[in-house]
Amino acid sequence: MSAALIRGGAPQGARPVERYLINEAAWAALPEALAARHDLALLALWAEPGLVHAAFLEETEGQFLLATGPVRNGRFAALSPARPGAARFERMIHDLWGIVAENGVDLRPWLDHGRWPITGPLATRPASNAAPAPQPEFLAAEGEGIHQIPVGPIHAGVIEPGHFRFHVQGEAVVRLEQRLGYKHKGTLALMQGKSPRAAARYAARLSGDSTVAHAWAFAMAAEQASGVTPPPRAIHLRALMAELERIHNHLNDWGFVCNDAAFAWLHARCGALREAVLRACARAFGHRLMMDRITPGGVAPDIAREGAEAILRALEAAEREIPALIEIYDTHASLQDRVVGTGILAGALAARFAAGGHVGRASGRGFDARRLPGYAPYDDLDVAVPVLPQGDVDARVRIRIAELRESIRLVRRLLHTLPPGELSVPLPHRAGEGFALIEGFRGECLAWMRLDDGGLIQAVFLRDPSWLQWPLLEAAIEGNIVADFPLCNKSFNCSYSGVDL
Amino acid sequence: MLLPRLARALLGKPLTDPAPPVPAETIEALAQRLEATARARLGRSLAIREVDSGSCNGCELEINALANVVYDLERFGLRFVASPRHADVLLVTGPACRNMREAMERAFACTPDPRWVVAVGDCAVDGGVFKGSYAVEGGVGAVLPVDLVIPGCPPTPAQILEGLLALLEAQGAPARK
Repeated sequence: MSAALIRGGAPQGARPVERYLINEAAWAALPEALAARHDLALLALWAEPGLVHAAFLEETEGQFLLATGPVRNGRFAALSPARPGAARFERMIHDLWGIVAENGVDLRPWLDHGRWPITGPLATRPASNAAPAPQPEFLAAEGEGIHQIPVGPIHAGVIEPGHFRFHVQGEAVVRLEQRLGYKHKGTLALMQGKSPRAAARYAARLSGDSTVAHAWAFAMAAEQASGVTPPPRAIHLRALMAELERIHNHLNDWGFVCNDAAFAWLHARCGALREAVLRACARAFGHRLMMDRITPGGVAPDIAREGAEAILRALEAAEREIPALIEIYDTHASLQDRVVGTGILAGALAARFAAGGHVGRASGRGFDARRLPGYAPYDDLDVAVPVLPQGDVDARVRIRIAELRESIRLVRRLLHTLPPGELSVPLPHRAGEGFALIEGFRGECLAWMRLDDGGLIQAVFLRDPSWLQWPLLEAAIEGNIVADFPLCNKSFNCSYSGVDL
Repeated sequence: MLLPRLARALLGKPLTDPAPPVPAETIEALAQRLEATARARLGRSLAIREVDSGSCNGCELEINALANVVYDLERFGLRFVASPRHADVLLVTGPACRNMREAMERAFACTPDPRWVVAVGDCAVDGGVFKGSYAVEGGVGAVLPVDLVIPGCPPTPAQILEGLLALLEAQGAPARK
């Protein structure tokens, strides 16, 4: 019913997934239709002046769908009553475009802390702002002996800024509420009016640890919009970089989770293995994090001659040591005591929010963009996607270990089958619209853009997978002790910059 | 499983890289600047409080790498501390997002004298690719007085270490006339 509501709209010519423009009445009927149908997952909600856009996944059919509704008098019918994952997107839409989600479950500001010189920066006519910054409102928790613990935005370690407002009873967390937005840099505004090649640097810097995944999603959306396909060698190299990014992040996370349980030895070993991988990336691609190597049209520069050798050596060292690290992780009683049964995310909640990545997969939701929608060169690689039901910190670590080993296999295959040829194709300057999903280490990175007749960006949205994971951390910590928060937080490892735009 | 590995690690060769060479001009330039701000020697250590003013988190990855066994910043007397009240140095990344301005100012105000501010990364230098955005002040220097900049996107751990060692050398150098 809800999918039919959408498909009844006017197709707008987006590629490779169609976007349907539906009328106000149809959009107003969506929340009720969505409430009745549970397998139409909301992946993202964003806007542009006068329009609101939504990306859906029909989970049973395995099909993606984009819907657009008109904004009338600065309002549109909120989807959050039917899809809780929509709530933060709706708050962001108000902050950036000044558009109100009518009947939204949460109408408080999110990215706008009252510190910008303007309000509604992406609206057709932003307003000036000289008002003093308001105190944020936090949700209450009532009960005997409840205390509030405010943490951040600056945290004790070397970590991104964000605020966590805890309500605790003794040691147990009764409620956690996040307040993010501290890292909002105005990324979407900076991309507007630029060519995809000029705007690519912003996608690469949405979340530095996912620079490859976001750059690839952005490039693919631009290529879909322009109707070009990058050469096979470029596609292969992109996957190579993406798998290396997955490996270095998963090694990092494994170590840091153990560190947060005060088990420094594993942290030290993972750090050493990771350093070797980053150095190999620097040898192969000229940059440890492989930033700015993927651009719309292809990749640049080519992999260095000694690059493959350096990568294989680093991965071989990792592969040799991983079984011993697993054995120690498995048998160290005090570590297992901390991670097993801690920070449980219920499968039903992960499904309701369409959480991807290791967060979703550790709670039974086996979504992986490399398989669905799937994209070159993964079609011939038969990527194994691990899924576990427990949803605790331990499960999120085990998913990463399994993925890391699978990625090592994929890197070898990719290096072995690297085709010769060109590294990029030029992008024609023409109008078009493209959508892309690339599996980053945290989950699927979504990119959408529309180009004008000159091939410049008219509208764009980049959705880091953490949008659908951050809220779930609030649920996972409930009932756990405060001291386990760093452990739970690190087991999710959501991106702050990625969702702050 | 663990104990034999620990034993082997203790008896084996360390994995740590040798210290990077620090250019004399950097030390000289820093010493001249610091001479005006601090007379007290802090011995041979620096307590560092990292502040992310809104980076993409690439700089954080590389700063965290400084604590790994290969770079091992603690062998130089450098260490990360949890509070600006315990710090000698504020290591600041990011373009100084407007939403982080107050936090940056408060952290600086809590840092007791003598203190130094090191801006790490191209964004921290002048806002980098985010320069001109409504959401950023445009570099750490737009909010705090900066003593040393370490450019890069992100700078490598070796480059960050080089900068911190130069600071250590400079603040330890005898006062110049």
